[in-house]
Amino acid sequence: MSSPAPGPYAKTAAPEGDAPKRAEWPLWEIFIRGQHGLSHRHVGSLHAPDAEKAILNARDVYTRRNEGVSIWVVESAAIAASSPDEKGPLYEPANDKVYRHPTFFDIPDDVGAM
Amino acid sequence: MYAQMIRSEATQDDPERLAAFQARIDAGEKIEPKEWMPEGYRKTLIRQIGQHAHSEIVGQLPEGNWITRAPTLERKAILLAKVQDEAGHGLYLYCAAETLGVSRDELFEMLNSGKMKYSSIFNYPTLTWADMGAVGWLVDGAAIMNQVPLQRTSYGPYARAMVRICKEESFHQRQGFDIMMKMANGTPAQKRMAQDALDRFWYPSLMMFGPSDKDSVHSAQSMAWKIKMNTNDELRQKFVDQTVPQAEYLGLTVPDDTLAWNAEKGGYDFAQPDWDEFYDVLKGNGPCNADRLEARRTAWDEGAWVREGMLAHAEKKRAARMAAE
Repeated sequence: MSSPAPGPYAKTAAPEGDAPKRAEWPLWEIFIRGQHGLSHRHVGSLHAPDAEKAILNARDVYTRRNEGVSIWVVESAAIAASSPDEKGPLYEPANDKVYRHPTFFDIPDDVGAM
Repeated sequence: MYAQMIRSEATQDDPERLAAFQARIDAGEKIEPKEWMPEGYRKTLIRQIGQHAHSEIVGQLPEGNWITRAPTLERKAILLAKVQDEAGHGLYLYCAAETLGVSRDELFEMLNSGKMKYSSIFNYPTLTWADMGAVGWLVDGAAIMNQVPLQRTSYGPYARAMVRICKEESFHQRQGFDIMMKMANGTPAQKRMAQDALDRFWYPSLMMFGPSDKDSVHSAQSMAWKIKMNTNDELRQKFVDQTVPQAEYLGLTVPDDTLAWNAEKGGYDFAQPDWDEFYDVLKGNGPCNADRLEARRTAWDEGAWVREGMLAHAEKKRAARMAAE
């Protein structure tokens, strides 16, 4: 297995843009935790000069309607992601272990709810 | 519909990979950023999502025009929230486009240089307060027609952006209809303003769906890739069928003498907009094309010192933190 690729997106050149490259605010991935005790969930990304501004921007872009009570931000480039080409070898080991699911076991109806 | 006349890219990929890709789409799988995709799929999506994003951003301008002139503080707050949503929608869409390997700044440059388009509808002026009603009711109504099915589009990040957008669009359309109800039930002068707004926005709204695409090869490819979910004519028909009874409810007249219910097809027969006007607006000759682009370029240029300053400040703080460690 190759080492994890950096970032969640493919790094490809822009197909149509020939604009001169200039310093762009880095991209941040935004995670929001809602009010009902669920984990933080990835909601999208945005640009910001630093983490502090990323949180403020995330407040404006992703929580305009009380969607969250906690915000995590992480620079996109800092995320290591599994490669889609390795889907097979990565997840296959779990495929033949059906006994990991409760439905594998036949429990007689007489036993009641379990 | 915020994306019009999207040219789909021919693709020169390995036929076997293409077939496997098409099979995934046909099976309803979502395509995700780092997965293999045909070059044409990627380029067409960048063009479509980019145009959609630009439309949201430019779409703030006709309404921004009325924020300081809203008739009440409540209306002003509502309009401000709607325009803020549009900025948000633009941002969701730019992020979706960025997962395809183009940066937001590159997309901005292409908008500002005129290489990429935004929807023709935003090249029409908003002359009265009733236009705020007509824009929400008709323009956002037409956009919803297209955006609801796009929640099922094959590209994961685009579909997810659409889910968020659709949740918020419904507020936009309702606030527009609410303004129209108020005006249509107001003084005779207010009702005339509402009718005038409908008269001016009806055909440009029908143009939002783009010309008939029944013979378009681009549409066929985009539909096979599930980038486009319905034909332009299907969506336009649906929009008319939904909107005409709403106009009747308001006591307003759709400016089309040929409009008639066709029981056989279960929909209205209606007049096509002036497609020459549409092409002319796309070419840059609409009433507001120059103003809109000028406003975007000015905002971009005059914001440069803020972007650069904040970046410099962030770097300075980072350096100070490193030195302290």
